[in-house]
Amino acid sequence: MTGVDDNPLVEFRDVSYSVPSLSSPIISDLDLKVEQGEILVLLGESGCGKTTTLRLINRLLTPTSGRVMVEGKPTTEWDPIRLRRRIGYVIQDAGLFPHFTVERNIGLVPSLEGWEITRVKERVTELLSLVGLDADKFAQRFPRELSGGQRQRVGVARALAADPPLLLLDEPFGALDPLRRASLQREFGELTRRLHKSAIFVTHDLREALRLGSRIALMHAGRLALVETPENFLNSNEEHARAYLETLQLHDDEEGFTGGNR
Amino acid sequence: MTFWTFLRQNWNEMLTLVHQHLNLVLISTSIAVVIGIPTGILLTRKQALRNPVLGIANVMQTIPSLALFGFLIPLPFIGGIGARTAIVALVLYALLPIIRNTVTGILGVDRNVREAAVAMGMTDRQILWQVELPLAMSVILTGVRVAMVICVGVATIASAVGAGGLGVYIFRGLRDVGNTNLLLAGALPAALMALMADFSLGLLEQHFSVEAKTEKKRASILNKIVLAVIALVLVGGAYGTWRAARSRTQSLAGRARVVLGSKDFTESVLLAEIVAQLLEVRGLTVERQFELGGNLPHDALVAGRIDLYPEYTGTAYTAILHNPPINDPRAVYEQVKREYAEKFNVEVSPPLGFENTFAILVRGTEARRLKLKTISDAVSHARRWRAGFGQDFMSRADGYSGFSKAYGLKFAEQPREMDLSLTYIALASNKVDLIAGNSTEGRIAAMDLVQLEDDRHYFPPYEAVYLMRKDSLARVPLLREVLAKLVDAITTEEMRGLNYEVDSNKRGSSEVVRAWIKRKGF
Repeated sequence: MTGVDDNPLVEFRDVSYSVPSLSSPIISDLDLKVEQGEILVLLGESGCGKTTTLRLINRLLTPTSGRVMVEGKPTTEWDPIRLRRRIGYVIQDAGLFPHFTVERNIGLVPSLEGWEITRVKERVTELLSLVGLDADKFAQRFPRELSGGQRQRVGVARALAADPPLLLLDEPFGALDPLRRASLQREFGELTRRLHKSAIFVTHDLREALRLGSRIALMHAGRLALVETPENFLNSNEEHARAYLETLQLHDDEEGFTGGNR
Repeated sequence: MTFWTFLRQNWNEMLTLVHQHLNLVLISTSIAVVIGIPTGILLTRKQALRNPVLGIANVMQTIPSLALFGFLIPLPFIGGIGARTAIVALVLYALLPIIRNTVTGILGVDRNVREAAVAMGMTDRQILWQVELPLAMSVILTGVRVAMVICVGVATIASAVGAGGLGVYIFRGLRDVGNTNLLLAGALPAALMALMADFSLGLLEQHFSVEAKTEKKRASILNKIVLAVIALVLVGGAYGTWRAARSRTQSLAGRARVVLGSKDFTESVLLAEIVAQLLEVRGLTVERQFELGGNLPHDALVAGRIDLYPEYTGTAYTAILHNPPINDPRAVYEQVKREYAEKFNVEVSPPLGFENTFAILVRGTEARRLKLKTISDAVSHARRWRAGFGQDFMSRADGYSGFSKAYGLKFAEQPREMDLSLTYIALASNKVDLIAGNSTEGRIAAMDLVQLEDDRHYFPPYEAVYLMRKDSLARVPLLREVLAKLVDAITTEEMRGLNYEVDSNKRGSSEVVRAWIKRKGF
């Protein structure tokens, strides 16, 4: 998908975010551009502000100062409902609606957008096969009848349902066992490339970042420490990046961690 | 009489009471649902309102039901005597569990699920209807279930304000000690009703739980039948109420009518029934709002909900007008008559001919053994005795505190405060040794109890009279004619006899009154 104009898809302009109950801001002076077709990984330890950054994009939060621009327009000027329907969102335990079948979960946004029932059904079947699930077998199941990996696949399918140009993913594979996580990462990488989706992907796992990101944005204590391609990141001398890279040496038995998406 | 024969004989009346009870419960629960769920939803949106509103609902539930009825009677529109007041009170009780569970249910929806819904671009309304309410439904239904069970219980007290229901049997049974049939006939259906409400709403609740969603494909026939039955009962109840309301409005249209009240004991019911029958014989329509609890008859009379009820001069003088007790019958009567006319625009009839004063009672065996005649005779023994008194006697100005001072009475322990009619049983079965009963109580002789003479003349005179609104007398001139016949017409022995017929021989009060009127030749 190519941009309608030259604006970056998402742009943070000097963004800070704080809450009254905390003395230090959660995000300070963030400047960041995400271009069309790119997968930007936000990497950092818990509490560094990754998730907050993500939530500023679909206006679950609004910045205390500065502006978050989506397609060239500040989020505060977007109708929040329209904005959110253009952005797919996947969270750690999928956040599926427990009282809806898989089919209704995936078809929800298209239905809200007023699609016809048959078209929604077709779309659900298509998406299920896209994320590697058999529609005949899974469409009528409820979330509690699925395994953790299957739930995440449905979560991704739901985020893709209305064909949004941008996906936001908040540690979507964090709760899965390593084998399943690796295969989902691989599939997700292929999927986004194939569909030319842009994505912003939050993780604290360097391997995941290296495997999936076209660029890695390293955050520390609410500030951006470094934004680099995976190759340059591996060679970086920045102190927080080095700290991460050292952990990698400790258990580099897993092959292909630099496989990435290049 | 066995419970079975009792049921066979009173089947129709019992069904009516069950129907009234069910209506009270269903109507008030429905109203509480209609008010409570939207309120609960609002509270999840407006956090500032949450604690104040829940606080108020909480306080509502701590108000004793009889007190709440007392507050409601004088109020316009929502107050009065009968089902409407009861429903208002029941709704107030039912609101808390429904509001609270709606709030808890909605706020309890998984944060991730909620966030996903927001992030997917659902509007607040869509989130409410498609996500929050379905997921909170089983918790909300638990609230409805609790509310309904509370209503079944509190509705038994509704008979105190003339709303009918199974409480009629329970209260009658409590007064009419030894008649377990009445108690059972009131309590058993009420308990069954509570269990059924609990069970059926429990099923409905399961039906809406998320766990049940996965088994929906295998939804059992039983489940459907139960839902159908619940629907039928609801529709049937609503229809019955509509019919009842219609027939009532029809009967009220046209003819002039008189509303008679009574207190909640046999003698008062009998006295009111006498006036009722004498009016009916003369072609008037009479509505009976009998067996009103506590001071409710007075409140109802002053508020214009009833036209007349039987009272005792001493009670009016001390308990209602708050005068210190005196013992000159003439002075008491005159002052009551004057103050009622000034304060309440109520007329006091001439005395009916008998007194129903507090009777200090001991067991006959004890009285004979210790040769007790007067209350003063008993003072020296009282230190080894326990006493049991009704709530009325304990709280009134002319009751326990003045009485014990006047005679210098001291008991082995603080007197037990209990239901008046239970004190007779407690005395006869040696649980207490001295009680304050009513002098016209029919069971005094039957239970071999002895009344000790009030040798210091402590108790004020309790002459029976009728109290009626002056505007009622103007509206229904026949009332005055009927009351004129009853002046000095009933002796203490006669009254005791009538009470005994009803309380101990278990005859219906209307039948007993009819026979008495015939004997008297009115």
